[in-house]
Amino acid sequence: MKRKTLAIATTMALALMANVRAAHAATNDVVIGDIDDLSGNYADVAGAGAIEAMNMAIADFGGTVLGRKIVTLVTDHQNKPDIGASKLRAWADQNGLNMLLGGSNTGVSIAMAKVAAAKKIPFFAIGAGGSSLTNEDCTAYTIHYVYDTTSLANGTATTIVKNGGKSWFYLTADYAFGAQLQTAASKVVEANGGKNVGAVRVPLGASDFSSFLLQAQGSGAQVLGLANAGEDFSNSLKAANEFGITSTMKPAALLAFITNIHSLGLQTAQGLYLTTAFYWDLNEDTRAFGKRYFAKMKREPTMDQAGYYSATLTYLKAVKAVGTTDSDKVMAELKRTKIDDIFVKGGYIRADGVMVHDMYVMQVKSPGESRYPWDYYKLVKQMKGAEAFGPITGLCPLAPK
Amino acid sequence: MTAVFGIPVTVLLGQLMLGLVNGSFYALLSLGLAVIFGLMGIVNFAHGAFYALGAFVALFGAAQFGINYWEALVLAPLAVGLIGVVAERLFLRRLHGLDPLYGLLMTFGLALVIEGLLHQAFGSSGQSYPVPHALMGAVNLGFMILPIYRAWVIVVSVVVCGTTWFVIERTRLGATLRAAKENAPLLQAFGVNVPFLVAATYGGGVALAALAGVLSAPIILVTPAMGSSLVIVVFAVVVIGGMGSILGAVVSGLALGVIEGFTKIIYPEASNIVVFVIMALVLVLRPAGLFGKE
Repeated sequence: MKRKTLAIATTMALALMANVRAAHAATNDVVIGDIDDLSGNYADVAGAGAIEAMNMAIADFGGTVLGRKIVTLVTDHQNKPDIGASKLRAWADQNGLNMLLGGSNTGVSIAMAKVAAAKKIPFFAIGAGGSSLTNEDCTAYTIHYVYDTTSLANGTATTIVKNGGKSWFYLTADYAFGAQLQTAASKVVEANGGKNVGAVRVPLGASDFSSFLLQAQGSGAQVLGLANAGEDFSNSLKAANEFGITSTMKPAALLAFITNIHSLGLQTAQGLYLTTAFYWDLNEDTRAFGKRYFAKMKREPTMDQAGYYSATLTYLKAVKAVGTTDSDKVMAELKRTKIDDIFVKGGYIRADGVMVHDMYVMQVKSPGESRYPWDYYKLVKQMKGAEAFGPITGLCPLAPK
Repeated sequence: MTAVFGIPVTVLLGQLMLGLVNGSFYALLSLGLAVIFGLMGIVNFAHGAFYALGAFVALFGAAQFGINYWEALVLAPLAVGLIGVVAERLFLRRLHGLDPLYGLLMTFGLALVIEGLLHQAFGSSGQSYPVPHALMGAVNLGFMILPIYRAWVIVVSVVVCGTTWFVIERTRLGATLRAAKENAPLLQAFGVNVPFLVAATYGGGVALAALAGVLSAPIILVTPAMGSSLVIVVFAVVVIGGMGSILGAVVSGLALGVIEGFTKIIYPEASNIVVFVIMALVLVLRPAGLFGKE
């Protein structure tokens, strides 16, 4: 009996063991923390690849700043806001955290943004979509770095409507993020003279999308707007192909990563429109970064992973420029300096915390057009940052209209 | 166009068809659960993980050894069934005769370990498994375009479920299996190797889960978590059908697939909870389930 109890206890302990790889920092070190989804749905979008990108940036910077060693802390938020927030609080109180990278979940990011503001720690939100991070939930220390629901909708929806896709039907994930995406896209479609025919709200993580897709097809709309992400996005597009819906409707991804396209294969994903902040095959700089990254991770980086590299460098450059890790001074420097690196050209951080930069509207190539591994996108339009991220809304008290 | 409750008949027929496809998966998965619970008294929380494992064996076999879909349909359940037998001999056997809660905890732990290992080996974004050549394309049924592969799923499910029911309820082997549950020491005294029988039962149950995994691989993205959300629904199906009732598992699996399909047109937001609402009703009105014995 004792042995059995022990066996059960061991199993449960193994199961519940959190994936914590925290280094102990001496007080003089510059501490960069990463709180992200390392084991769940989004672990391939950022996850281990993002940690690698962060470490690449630190190595490229020389491993030290102001003569102090740069160390990192990494943990898994398991997509739970309370875990993200309490881990951040512990690092701020006990480990001398100087800067936080994190995200892949809007809910977790909102919770962490509040703690980061209370502890005065610059927080680079990467991978969380919700634009509320720089509106209702904005803080003086949050920087929304890679993309938000506004820029995604502006990119994909504007381009499709202008190319003749006037009537839209949405397949929307039934939670905050899906609703925000659909709302953002609907506004863009209407503003450009298109029409929103209808929407079906699909429970998160549905195992079968065919019923919902037949409803979309029945609507007679020209465009199938996929207001979902991750596995839901992949499975809905897969089923749309199987049922021949993509031959009558144009699919539009409101959030898709290169890893999703890689999983689905070009046969299924071809013709899809999507918006991204980064693509490895854009220019010499991105290709060089892609090559270095590929050598380590055996895959090309997503926009989040490239964003981790860029955000880490941007922070370290700001610390070097002001000669201190004092958060207020660093934030002031960040908000007045242009950002130029492999990820972004001429980017700048607005008063509300949005990092404004160009976004790229892409169309997925057909298997015949793809000439080498990971040759997945053709550029449809490079959208200027101001157009992609739109004007300041006035919802954030730091940035009145 | 004729309509029922304002919904065109063609749409209803389409959803009925799709409901049957989803119901086929529910039936196959709940069948394995019912076999394991009915003959061993174990609430197998690892069922979803074995389902995912089946799909990954097919995927890995195709990439590494060039195993095609038809071979995978046989080999993956065999391989996973064997893993099931090992798991039973190593872990579950030790919990025999204890409160069912121990088995539940053990299989839950097993599920986390399997899914964690798959995650470590294959990542979280998933991979595609192609539809076999012979089953590509679609047929026009007049009211909808049905991909041939989905029709194939219904056929396999009905055949496998029917065969399993027949073996357990109508053959000598099935009678022996049921006897092992009723009175193991007596059966052992007759010279039957009961521990082997029990291990084989668990292996057979999880092999059914693996078969469902291979069947679903061409339809959805193969990810480590593909079974974890499904298994909860399947448990509800088993409870509705009556814990351990094989006929109940199959019939309620198909029926709930269809009901869920109709919910998707009437009120899509509720489509993931309708099964649980029905479960609650069944538990109130008929606690042993629709086909269960008091």
